[in-house]
Amino acid sequence: MSVLVLAEHEAGQLKASTLNTVTAAKALDADVHVLVAGSGIAAVAQAAAAVEGVAKVLTADAAQFEHHLAEPLAALLVELAKGYAAVLAPATSTGKNVLPRVAALLDVAQISDITAVVSADTFVRPIYAGNALATVQSKDALKVITVRTTAFEAAAASGGSAPVEAVVVPADPAVSSFVSQQLSKSERPELTSARIIISGGRGMQSGENFHLLEKVADKLGAAVGASRAAVDAGFVPNDLQVGQTGKIVAPELYIAVGISGAIQHLAGMKDSKVIVAINKDEEAPIFQVADYGLVADLFKALPELAAELDK
Amino acid sequence: MKVLVAVKRVIDYNVKIRVKADNTGVETANVKFSMNPFDEIAVEEAVRLKEAGKATEIVVVSIGPATAQETLRTALAMGADRGVLVQTDEEIQPLAVAKLLKAVVDKEQPGLVILGKQAIDDDSNQTGQMLAALLGWSQGTFASKVAIGDGSIEVTREVDGGLETVSLKMPAIVTTDLRLNEPRYASLPNIMKAKKKPIDTMAPADLGVDVAPRLVTLKVEEPAKRKAGIKVGDIAALVDKLKNEAKVI
Repeated sequence: MSVLVLAEHEAGQLKASTLNTVTAAKALDADVHVLVAGSGIAAVAQAAAAVEGVAKVLTADAAQFEHHLAEPLAALLVELAKGYAAVLAPATSTGKNVLPRVAALLDVAQISDITAVVSADTFVRPIYAGNALATVQSKDALKVITVRTTAFEAAAASGGSAPVEAVVVPADPAVSSFVSQQLSKSERPELTSARIIISGGRGMQSGENFHLLEKVADKLGAAVGASRAAVDAGFVPNDLQVGQTGKIVAPELYIAVGISGAIQHLAGMKDSKVIVAINKDEEAPIFQVADYGLVADLFKALPELAAELDK
Repeated sequence: MKVLVAVKRVIDYNVKIRVKADNTGVETANVKFSMNPFDEIAVEEAVRLKEAGKATEIVVVSIGPATAQETLRTALAMGADRGVLVQTDEEIQPLAVAKLLKAVVDKEQPGLVILGKQAIDDDSNQTGQMLAALLGWSQGTFASKVAIGDGSIEVTREVDGGLETVSLKMPAIVTTDLRLNEPRYASLPNIMKAKKKPIDTMAPADLGVDVAPRLVTLKVEEPAKRKAGIKVGDIAALVDKLKNEAKVI
């Protein structure tokens, strides 16, 4: 049997989350097919065909897929899914939006946010903000799965040469339409794929003070993140949020500044390889997960850190 | 327009979760429960729509044990008009929840259903999307702004790269994200009034829904604990450790 991965792409580029999802799909011990749905997607399809371990690429090129709306994408996936043992997507805002709709239309459960594949029907997934790990077995013949990308290595982006095949595009349910988008513009790397992240919390005191973090970020080539407290306080937009209800990250280095370490924040970053905490409260729970802790006033420590990195 | 809101009773977000020694689940005895935080946002949004004259009636639905009545009462105290409790002690997974909600929607015929984007116990993030699928309705998930128009609704969504606005044909499903609103605290008079508001109780079988779980939980374990590391004295020492010990910069 084969399994189908829904590719994530943007502006003609295959996104890294697709590569992690391909690795999870391979662990199911089946041929991996990748579906690229969108409008004007030839380059993305070529990129998907080159991914190591991909046996076939399916393309659905139509205007209704341009903005990855859940309704037309789900209608397409439901048609295609019938020939597969599993349908997988990265647990990104698109995957989380579309896949449960597919599962319900197929009358199967969805297994959300898997972090390990035990066997073709058994998976590990975090619950309670990662404070517990559940091993679940699916009784459905067809599995619908979203994948926590940080839990799987990226498949090699080159080395494959899969055939590309266009599929029949079903009618657009036409119950929703795209109006506009406001994407955060940043020269810095994306949070979910950055090698280094520096995040600020309530201790930053204001949005303006985030420039202290940005200065350090630019010296390290790092992405900037934030805790839910900082987002709730209106310092920064929600797409910077790291945590249970924001983005799940696992960079090589995570620097938490002025973040106390609420359970829900730890849920989003505790799989980082090295964690640094800078906080003036030495009792802050963040120090319990930090490899290196510095008890200091961040308004003094951040300029010092920027200066030290220049040396 | 009638608005339906779904609410779930979950372990309070402040409670430290403990995994049971026999690895069958997490400890729920003597633990504080409250309304799932995203569902509070859903109730609040419905109440605001009613206050703005866009909604005429708010029906709040919960699926769970008899104690889920308390969660419904909380929603009624916030401003919902009446409650529906689909009472069961069985584990009800998202697909079954969506099927039960569909049965309630078929009876109630709301123009809009608002749900939390995910429950903070199983973190599934599925029910709203599944309900939309079963009803054949449009969906606006992870909403940070909702604007009701004439026969359609504009939903601004929190997406990975920022915000996206979509227009949905009504009836529609909306799931809430954090920044949609800040839920109110119920006032004492409203809590008293809520005690008199009606709650209709039924069983899953009354709705003709098969709620058998599709996923079997084989075990629940504690994640590997991170060891606390060391404290460094100053920035110079920190940068030295990162360069020469951890070798990450």
